[in-house]
Amino acid sequence: MSNIKVKVKEKDLIKIKEICKSFNNEQGELINVLHKTQEHFGYLPAEIQEVVAQELEMSVAKVYGVVTFYSFFTMLPKGKFPISICTGTACYVRGADNVLQEFKRQLEIEVGETTDDGKYSLSCLRCVGACGLAPVVLVGDKTYGRVSPEGVKEILAEYQDK
Amino acid sequence: MNKVKLTIDDKLIEVAKGTTIHKAAKELGIDIPVLCYMNLEDLNIENKPGGCRICVVEVEGRNNLAPSCSTEVYEGMVVHTHSMRVINARRTVMEFILSDHPKDCLTCAKSGNCELQDMAVKLGVREIPGQEYAEMSEYKIDFSPSIIRDLDKCIMCRRCEMMCNDFQTVGALSAFHRGFEAAVGPAFEMELEDSPCTYCGQCVAVCPTGALTEKDHTRDVINALSDPTKTVIVQTAPAVRAALGEEFGMEPGTLVTGEMVAALRRLGFDHVFDTDFAADLTIMEEGTELLDRLTKHLSGDKEVKLPILTSCCPAWVSFFEHNFPEMTDIPSTARSPQQMFGAIAKTYFAEKINVKREDLIVVSIMPCLAKKYEAQREEFKVDGNPDVDFSISTRELAHLIKEANLDLNTLPKEDFDKPLGESSGAGVIFGVTGGVIEAATRTAYEIHTGKKLDKVEFEQLRGFEAIRKATVDFNGTPINIGIAHGLGNARKLLEDIKAGKSEFHAIEIMSCPGGCIGGGGQPLHHGDSNIIKARAKAIYSEDSGKPIRKSHENPYIIKLYEEFLGKPMSEKAHHLLHTCYFDKSRKIEIS
Repeated sequence: MSNIKVKVKEKDLIKIKEICKSFNNEQGELINVLHKTQEHFGYLPAEIQEVVAQELEMSVAKVYGVVTFYSFFTMLPKGKFPISICTGTACYVRGADNVLQEFKRQLEIEVGETTDDGKYSLSCLRCVGACGLAPVVLVGDKTYGRVSPEGVKEILAEYQDK
Repeated sequence: MNKVKLTIDDKLIEVAKGTTIHKAAKELGIDIPVLCYMNLEDLNIENKPGGCRICVVEVEGRNNLAPSCSTEVYEGMVVHTHSMRVINARRTVMEFILSDHPKDCLTCAKSGNCELQDMAVKLGVREIPGQEYAEMSEYKIDFSPSIIRDLDKCIMCRRCEMMCNDFQTVGALSAFHRGFEAAVGPAFEMELEDSPCTYCGQCVAVCPTGALTEKDHTRDVINALSDPTKTVIVQTAPAVRAALGEEFGMEPGTLVTGEMVAALRRLGFDHVFDTDFAADLTIMEEGTELLDRLTKHLSGDKEVKLPILTSCCPAWVSFFEHNFPEMTDIPSTARSPQQMFGAIAKTYFAEKINVKREDLIVVSIMPCLAKKYEAQREEFKVDGNPDVDFSISTRELAHLIKEANLDLNTLPKEDFDKPLGESSGAGVIFGVTGGVIEAATRTAYEIHTGKKLDKVEFEQLRGFEAIRKATVDFNGTPINIGIAHGLGNARKLLEDIKAGKSEFHAIEIMSCPGGCIGGGGQPLHHGDSNIIKARAKAIYSEDSGKPIRKSHENPYIIKLYEEFLGKPMSEKAHHLLHTCYFDKSRKIEIS
């Protein structure tokens, strides 16, 4: 068995090194490093985690452990229009689950997945602090309140030609 | 030291400040049940994530129950370890743990030796309410050459993670995901084979459930023994005889060398040999290599690098191949005793008994799981035929013996067969930390100085301290020796060498706590370090009872060189008994 090679683009490698360096390559800053890295790349694929692990001199298993523990981190690329459905208590009791099911049906993807054309991705989040508008849906930075399953089609239509 | 007075179950006790409730109770003889907690005292190995909540106790004035393994005592504390509230809570916790645990106990490899099963019995669990709501995880079982991982059985005690990261600094395993999906494994759920795992097996040694077990080769051995066209021979590593008795209810530290030989003979092995013979052979090769490098180094040859590192431990070999690929020229090139035995058995011995290589099956009994992987390495095969066909652990041997309806308690003591069963005391101590270097010192000293040792024991090389340093006087030349057990400790010595700060001439490394006696294939110690220490005593007593104590005085080793190998480091010896190492590190490349 020979060594294992991890392939990364040069500009990506430089960027990750720069992020790690801005946190003094400290292991204790892993979560902050991952936040910044995800902010830049949109997601955290395996090869990026490998570089982070090497830069912070820690095992890649540990990095992966943190990435999979926190639901904010994702290993899959988000769509051009990331859709988040709030499933916090207030939204949930006001029917967020039905809204979620409708999004899944219309987009033909599961939570955490992205459509084949890379346009939409689906995720759940917990309470955006707008419980008065429950159930709440976010598309990118735009907030939609009092969404019903019937309203899903309408929301998606807004982005159809974008 | 500050003392704290407290009451546990109406008994007053004074303990040092910082003591946990669990430890304080233990001093009173109260054994609070634990599941995730594990403490190998004196070996500096402790796991207390406080995660499983089995060890909860009631503390007066505190609303919730306290995990006793990780809650420190305070002055005037009043603890109840078995109130009805505690008993009910423990059982409920256990029911939750079992709710998403597979129920295939009957056929599970850990059955009968499972801490989870024992705890369910102890806590009187008779039903698992709410299991219909539990989501069973469906991880694929990972079959590596040494270790099998069935993550559906993981209860997140995180002992394996602690051993892999804190003790071994291997970093192959980490906890990932959460809730019902939570488990421990390599990054990206890759197979162990693709990870930096060294197969040391310490994760298996501490796993309380059937999540981590050894790759079982007992069926292969039975099939070989059933085949009349095959000659099946067996070698037994030194640490096995010091632990096998435990599987038959004997006190830890009971030596069962003779009974083990008798059992192997009754199982049908055609020749019962000893890996200790090959350990003596290792000393001849490794000791000669050490002296050669030492002499050249002392005479000012800058090309020759020191220290020389031992290479008997396959997990250690993997460790430096993964983590220190730039230093693969420092370890001795000598193969491990298991592999030396295989190479000699399938050439020298096969010729002697006139059996073709492919008709000779070599089985090894090892305290180790990495030996299974080592036996499969390509460089130890000739035209696809391995020098060692099957390597089974001490635990697997115990299963085989029991399956054959044999009992070590009632078997007579018998002797190993000749010629590959004869060994010196030096070969025996290979099984304990410091033993390989002590064995090497006995031979290297006599060859280098031309003098006989008055006393063969080198007490300064023995013990359980993580990293030990000793200087042995080679007739006016002080030889600095370093010893480490545990790969985390080995890493420290390697970092020193890398930084040019090492003062050692020779270093011995063993991956497991206490050396091979604490190996991943040994009977499970269930967190009791006294068991490992008792095994060390047994090994040293076998050594002191041997008529021959030095490898170079083993008459069958002398004969092997006369008849077959020539001299140590000869061309033939190089071909059969030495090896080379590979770079297995992870490298980041620009695409």
